[in-house]
Amino acid sequence: MPAANKYRFTVLRRTVQLSIMVFFIGGSLLGWHALRGNLSTSKVFDAMPLADPYAILQILAAGKTVAGEAVIGALIVALFFGLFAGRAFCSWVCPLNVVTDAADWVREKTGLDSAGKSFALNRNVRYWIVGISLAVSFATGIAAFEWISPISMLHRGIIFGMGLGWIIIFAVFLFDLLLVKRGFCGHLCPLGGIYSLIASFSLVRVRHGSGKCTRCMKCLEVCPERHVLSMVGEISGAVLSGECTNCGRCVEICDFDAMKFGIRFSPEKHKTGIA
Amino acid sequence: MPERRRFLAGMLKSLGAATVGGIAWTGFLDGKKAYPIILRPPGAVPEQDFLAKCTKCGLCVEACPFKALVLARPGDERPIGTPYFKMRENPCRMCRDIPCAAACPTGALDLSLVSDKDEGGKGKLNINRAKIGLAVIDRETCIAYWGIQCDACYRSCPVMDKAMTVEYTRNERTGKHAILAPVVHSDHCTGCGMCERACINQKASIFVLPGELVMGESSARYVRGWDSADEERMHELPEETETVTPRSQKKALDYLNKGDL
Repeated sequence: MPAANKYRFTVLRRTVQLSIMVFFIGGSLLGWHALRGNLSTSKVFDAMPLADPYAILQILAAGKTVAGEAVIGALIVALFFGLFAGRAFCSWVCPLNVVTDAADWVREKTGLDSAGKSFALNRNVRYWIVGISLAVSFATGIAAFEWISPISMLHRGIIFGMGLGWIIIFAVFLFDLLLVKRGFCGHLCPLGGIYSLIASFSLVRVRHGSGKCTRCMKCLEVCPERHVLSMVGEISGAVLSGECTNCGRCVEICDFDAMKFGIRFSPEKHKTGIA
Repeated sequence: MPERRRFLAGMLKSLGAATVGGIAWTGFLDGKKAYPIILRPPGAVPEQDFLAKCTKCGLCVEACPFKALVLARPGDERPIGTPYFKMRENPCRMCRDIPCAAACPTGALDLSLVSDKDEGGKGKLNINRAKIGLAVIDRETCIAYWGIQCDACYRSCPVMDKAMTVEYTRNERTGKHAILAPVVHSDHCTGCGMCERACINQKASIFVLPGELVMGESSARYVRGWDSADEERMHELPEETETVTPRSQKKALDYLNKGDL
C-alpha cells in the first residue's frame, strides 16, 4: 500500500477540523453565513442552532434556564454523535486535538515515550471531573468548566482573538508531552468524558477482523485510547467502547486490512461476546 | 476481604481527591464571580445570571454591525469569553432591531427586557429600554462645570433632552457668565456610551458604569411631599416597619425615662 494511505484519515480529519475553524473565522471576519459563533453555541446558515451539550448541561446544573434554541442545538449535536458518529467530536472537530496529537508526536520522536516517562493517571478521572464540574456549577451558579476550558479558550481564541490564551494551550501541550501520555484528551477532559458517555450506543464503529490480524500491534501503538482495542488479535467484532474517538488511526495504519470502519451491528453470523 | 477493602479504600481516595478538587474549583470561580465592572450588550439579564447563561460563543459580537462588542480574552482581566463594550473606543449605537440581543441562543440576552408590551402582551422592540449602564459625570474634571462652554456629551446623546439635559446656572465666580452643565437622568439613560466617546477631555469625564454599581436606593418611607403620586406609594407599605434597632426594641417612653439617651 502506498505510504500516503497511512495517513488518509488523519489528513481528512485535519481538513475537517481546519474547515470548521475557517468557516467560523469567515463568519466572524467576513460575515459568511455557513457557520457562525463557535463550538460552544453556533448557527448554521443563520437557521439551525448547534450547542455544546456539556455547556448546556452545566448551565442547567447551575440552576438557570436556557432558551429553547440552545437546548435544541444541544440535542441536535448529542443525537448526531450519540446515534451516529460516536466520539468523533474529539478527533474530527475539536481543535485542541491537533495540539495534543502534536504533543504525542513529539513524545514519540524524541523518545520520551520509550523512556517510560509518564505519570500514572486513571482514565476514569474525566468522569470524576464531569461529576465535580456539575456539582461546582450547582454550588457556584455558573457553568464551571466553561470558565477554565482550554478547548473553549482555543476555538474562541482562534475566532475572536487569543489574548494570553496561548499560555494555557501551551500548558496542555507540555502536560501531554512531559507528564502524562495522551494526558488531557485521554484522561482529564470532561467534554471527552461526556462524548464518551453519549457515544456508548452510536452506530459508526471501527471493526476488527482477527482472521486478517498478524498481531503486529501497530494499531495499539497509534491508538490514543488503546484500551478500547483490547480485542485485537483475539476476537473479531466492533470496537464498542464509547471512549474510541473514531479517529481512524488504527484503520489507516493496519497493513493487513484487519481494521475497518463499519457499524456496531455484526454483519457476519459470528457475533462477538463483547458487551 | 482484602479485595473489597482495597476497592473501598480506592473509592475513598478518589472521593477525597474529588472533594478537594471541587472545593478548589469552587473557590477559584467564586473569585471570578465577584461583581465585575463590565458593560454588557443590551437586553442582558442580571449579571449573576448572565455569567451562568452566556456560553461565550460570540454570536452577539458577530451580529453587531459596528463591531462595538468584544469578547474578553484571557489576560483582559474580565470574565473570560464574555461580551462587553469599551465605550470610549466604540460605544453602542442603539440599533432599533437590536441584532446582538436577537442573536443570543441561550437567553443571556433577553429581547423581552428591551421590548414594550402592547395590549396583546406581544413585545415590540424598544432599544430605549436598554440598561447597559448609567453615564456618570466627574464634575471636578468636566470643563463645562468649570464654566468653559462644552456640550459634546449632550449633543452626542441619542436620547437627548431626556437622558441628558443642560442646566443653566449663574457663574458665581465671574458674576457675569453662565455655567451650562450637563446632567444625566437615570430613568432614560441607556448607558450606550456615546457621551463617553464624545468627551473632549484627555480621559473622559463622563463615563458609563453598571447602573447597580452607581445608584443608591432611597428608603421606602421617605416621601417626595411635592409629588402626590409618590405619596400614594405609602398606602401600599405595611403599617409596621420591620426596622429593628437596639433602641426601637423598647417602648419610646421607657428609653426616654430611663435616660440612656
